[in-house]
Amino acid sequence: MTATDASPSRVADERPVVEMIGVTVEIEGRPVLHEVDLRLYPGEVHALMGGNGAGKSSLVKALTGAYRIGAGEVRIAGESVSLAGPGAAESAGIAAAFQDVDLCVNLSVAENVMIGHEERRWYGIAWGATRRRAVSVLEELGLGGLDPRSAVATLAPAMQQLVAIARAMVTHPKVLVLDEPTSSLDADEVATLFRALRRLRDQGVAILFVSHFLEQVYAISDRITVLRDGRGQGEYPTRELDRAVLISKMIGKDLTELRRIGSERRAHRADPTGEPLYQAAGVGRRGEFAPTDLELHRGEIVGLGGLRGSGRSELGQLLAGVVRRDSGTIRVDGREAALPNPAAALRRRVAFASEDRRDGGIIEELSVRENIILALQGIRGWARPISRAERDALVDRFMESLAIVAPGPDAPARQLSGGNQQKVLLARWLATRPHVLVLDEPTRGVDIAAKVELQAVVAELAREGVAVVFISSELDEVVRLSDRIVILKDRRKIGEVSNGPGLSVDTIIEMIAADTDDDA
Amino acid sequence: MSTAARSTWLHDLVRKPFFWGVVAIIALLLLNVMKDPTYLAISVNPDNGNLVGNLVDILRASAPILMIAVGMSLVIATGGIDLSVGSVMAVSGAVAMVFMKDAGQSGSLGVALGAIGLALAVSAVLGVVNGVLVAYIGLQPFISTLIMMLAGRGIAKVITEGQNTSATNDPFRWLANGFVVGLPVVFLLALAIVGLVGLVVRRSALGLMIEAIGINPKASRMAGIRPSGLLLTVYVLSAVLAGIAGIMSVGTVMTVDVSRTGYQMELDAILAVVIGGTSLSGGKFSIGGAVVGALLIATLDKTVVFLGVSSSATPAFKAIVIVVLCLLQSDRVRGWFVQRRKPPKERPVPNAVAAREEVSA
Repeated sequence: MTATDASPSRVADERPVVEMIGVTVEIEGRPVLHEVDLRLYPGEVHALMGGNGAGKSSLVKALTGAYRIGAGEVRIAGESVSLAGPGAAESAGIAAAFQDVDLCVNLSVAENVMIGHEERRWYGIAWGATRRRAVSVLEELGLGGLDPRSAVATLAPAMQQLVAIARAMVTHPKVLVLDEPTSSLDADEVATLFRALRRLRDQGVAILFVSHFLEQVYAISDRITVLRDGRGQGEYPTRELDRAVLISKMIGKDLTELRRIGSERRAHRADPTGEPLYQAAGVGRRGEFAPTDLELHRGEIVGLGGLRGSGRSELGQLLAGVVRRDSGTIRVDGREAALPNPAAALRRRVAFASEDRRDGGIIEELSVRENIILALQGIRGWARPISRAERDALVDRFMESLAIVAPGPDAPARQLSGGNQQKVLLARWLATRPHVLVLDEPTRGVDIAAKVELQAVVAELAREGVAVVFISSELDEVVRLSDRIVILKDRRKIGEVSNGPGLSVDTIIEMIAADTDDDA
Repeated sequence: MSTAARSTWLHDLVRKPFFWGVVAIIALLLLNVMKDPTYLAISVNPDNGNLVGNLVDILRASAPILMIAVGMSLVIATGGIDLSVGSVMAVSGAVAMVFMKDAGQSGSLGVALGAIGLALAVSAVLGVVNGVLVAYIGLQPFISTLIMMLAGRGIAKVITEGQNTSATNDPFRWLANGFVVGLPVVFLLALAIVGLVGLVVRRSALGLMIEAIGINPKASRMAGIRPSGLLLTVYVLSAVLAGIAGIMSVGTVMTVDVSRTGYQMELDAILAVVIGGTSLSGGKFSIGGAVVGALLIATLDKTVVFLGVSSSATPAFKAIVIVVLCLLQSDRVRGWFVQRRKPPKERPVPNAVAAREEVSA
C-alpha cells in the first residue's frame, strides 16, 4: 500500500448521495447509536472507524435496512427516505458486501454474482445471458480474466471477496458498503482489492469502508468518520487527520495528554535472568501474523498490546500451537518443539486459554468436575483415567483456590456465571501444570469482582514461575499486569517495552500511532 | 413436605431418559396379556430345566439388537452415525457360515472358535475402513457408513457366492440356542458384553472424551483431545459388536441369508439409541438407555407377531409406537400436557427450568 491517491477536491462541489442526520438506533430499549451523522459523496471511499462496540456495525445495519432507525433522518440524493428492510435499501441504491457470510462456495462465480438477479425468460433462467451479465459486472471491477464457470470454493480469499463485491454491484448501486473486507487477506490480496475499489470510486460509486486496519484506512480512504460508544466523533479528510489524533478520538483520550508522554519505543533484550523458557524465532503464518520473534522467561507476564484486529489472538494461537505456524521455530526449555496441535503443546506444558469461552472452551453439558480435568486427561490419554482420589483432590483444590461458585462439582458447567466458567477454564489449564500459559481475554465478559480475582490469580501464577502471555483488549489491564509489553499493529509486532513507572496506556497508543508504514 | 419430596422423586424418575421406554415395554406386555392372560407365564422344561416362555423369547431376540445399539450409542455420542451395522452383521454371518461349511467337523469347538474369530476380524477391518474414512479422511459419517452399508451386502454375497449358506456346528449353534442356568446363552453373553463395554467406557476416560468431542469438537481439540484415534476406536467397536450380533443372528438358524441377515437392523439400533435418550446431535450418551431401547424393539417385534398384525402393516405399527414414545420424551409436548392439566394461575415452571433452579438454589 502506497500513499493515498484520494481526490477530495471532487467531494466539495457535489451533493452527498447519502446523508444520515442525527440517526438513533435502539435495540431492546438500549441505544446502540445516538444521533450519529454520516455523509457519503459520490466517488469517495469513506472509512468508518471506531473501537470494539463503537457502533460501526450498527450504523452499517441501519444504512442497509437491517436495523430500524428510531430517530433521525436518512436522505438519498437530498430526499428523505425510509430504509425499512434490505429491499428498501437496495432500491435506494445501497448495496453491501460482508466478509465470508454471503457466498455460496459450491456455486459458480456467475451464479454467485447473479443470485437473485438471474436473467429470466418465459422458459426460466437464461443461463447464457446471466453469465454474460456476470462477466460484464466482473469486467467493471477489472476481473475480466475470471472464469464465470469456476467454483467459488476454488478461488483465493481475495477473489472471493471481489466476487462478493461484484454481486453487490449487479444492481449498479450508488453506495457500496464493505464491512471488514480485508480481515482475512494478506498484503498482495489487499492491493488487488484496493485496485478494484479505486476503479469503482472513479466510476462515481460512494464506498463505505469499515475496517480495523489503520494503515489500510489511510491507504484507501478519502474521508473518515469516527464513532465511539455509539456517538459520532466527527468527520475528517483522511489527509488532515493525524494517526495519533485518530486513535485518541477512537479511544477518547485527550491528545495533549498523549503528546506529553514521549515515544518509548525500544527493543527489549535480556532483562530477566537466565535462559529463556520459551523462544519463538520467526514464528508466523501467511494471512494471520507476520513472522515474529518472542522470548518468555520463567515468572514473567508478557502482555500483548494492540488495537482490535492487530492480531493479538492470532499471535497467541501461533505461540501455543493452536493454529499451525507456517514459518519459524519454537524452543521450549531449550529443546525444539514442533507444537503442531494443542495436544502436543499441552504435553510440552504450553497451554492456551481461548478468548471464546463458549466455542473454544467450556463444554456446557459436562459437569464442572469433568470440565476441569479434561485437558489433564487429554494429556494422559483415555486409557489412563485420572483416579477418583486424584480427580477429587484436583477439583476441590481449584474450586477453593479460585473461589469457583457452583452448585457443586457435578453441576453442568452451563449453570455457572460467565466469571465462574472462566475460572473453571483457568482451572482446566492449571491442572496441566503449564510452564507457559497464553491467556486470551481471560477477563472478557466477567464482572469487575471476578476480573480483579482473575488478575490476582495471574499475578500469583507468575510468582510461582509460570511464564504468562496476557492478552486483553483493555490496555490498562495489560499495563497493570505485564512485566513486558509486546506491541502489535496490523498483524505484526512493532516493538517491545519493559513495564515501569513511566509507562502507561498512552505510551502504547503513541507507539502504535507513531508506527507508519515506512518500515513495513 | 413428604408429598413434595415424593413428587420430586417422581419427577426425577419421569425425567430419566429411558423412563418412557420402560413404560412402553410394560404397556406392550400388558397388551399381550390382554390378548392371552398366560402370555407372561414362564415354565420350566422338565427335560433340561430350561426356562420357557414368551419373556425368554424376547430376551433371546434382544441380544443382537443390544449389541448394535450399544455400539451405535457410542458412535452417535461422537456426533456420527453408523449405517453399516446391518451389513456388517451379514458379512460376519457369511464369513462364519462359509468357514464352518468348508471346515466340516460338526462337533468341533475349534472350528466354532475359528469361525467366530475370523468373522470378528473381518468385521473389525470393515470398522477400520469406516473409522479411517471418518476420522482421517474427514468424510461425513453418514456417507462413509452408507458406502459400507452397500458394500457390506455385496461383500457378503461374494463370500457366499450369492447362495444362502448353511452349516452344522454344535458349539456354534449352542451359542445362539443353548441355555445356561435356565437362561438363553445368547442373552447372558449379550449382557456380559454390554457390561464389559459399559465398564471400559465409564471406568476409563473414553466416555468422557467421546462426550466432549460430541458436544464441542473445537473446545475438545483445544483441551488436547485428539479426536482421530477416538473416532477410529468407536467405529471399530461398533463394527465388532455388529459382527457379534451377526454371529448371534445366524447361529439361531445356522443359515446366513445374505439379503435378509441384519436387514435394516441399523434402523433398529438407531431407534433403540434414541428411545434410550441419547440425542442424535451427539454428546451425552446412556448405555443403560440403549439397553432399554433394544429391549423395547425386541418386545415390539415379538408383540407384532403375537398380536397377528399382518406383515404388511408391521412397519406402520412399529412406527406409531415409536412416534408416540418420542412425543412423550419431548420436553415441549410434556409442557403442553402440564399446561392442560393444571389451572393456568397455578401453572408450575416448566420442568427443565424447575430442575435447574433446584440445583442452583
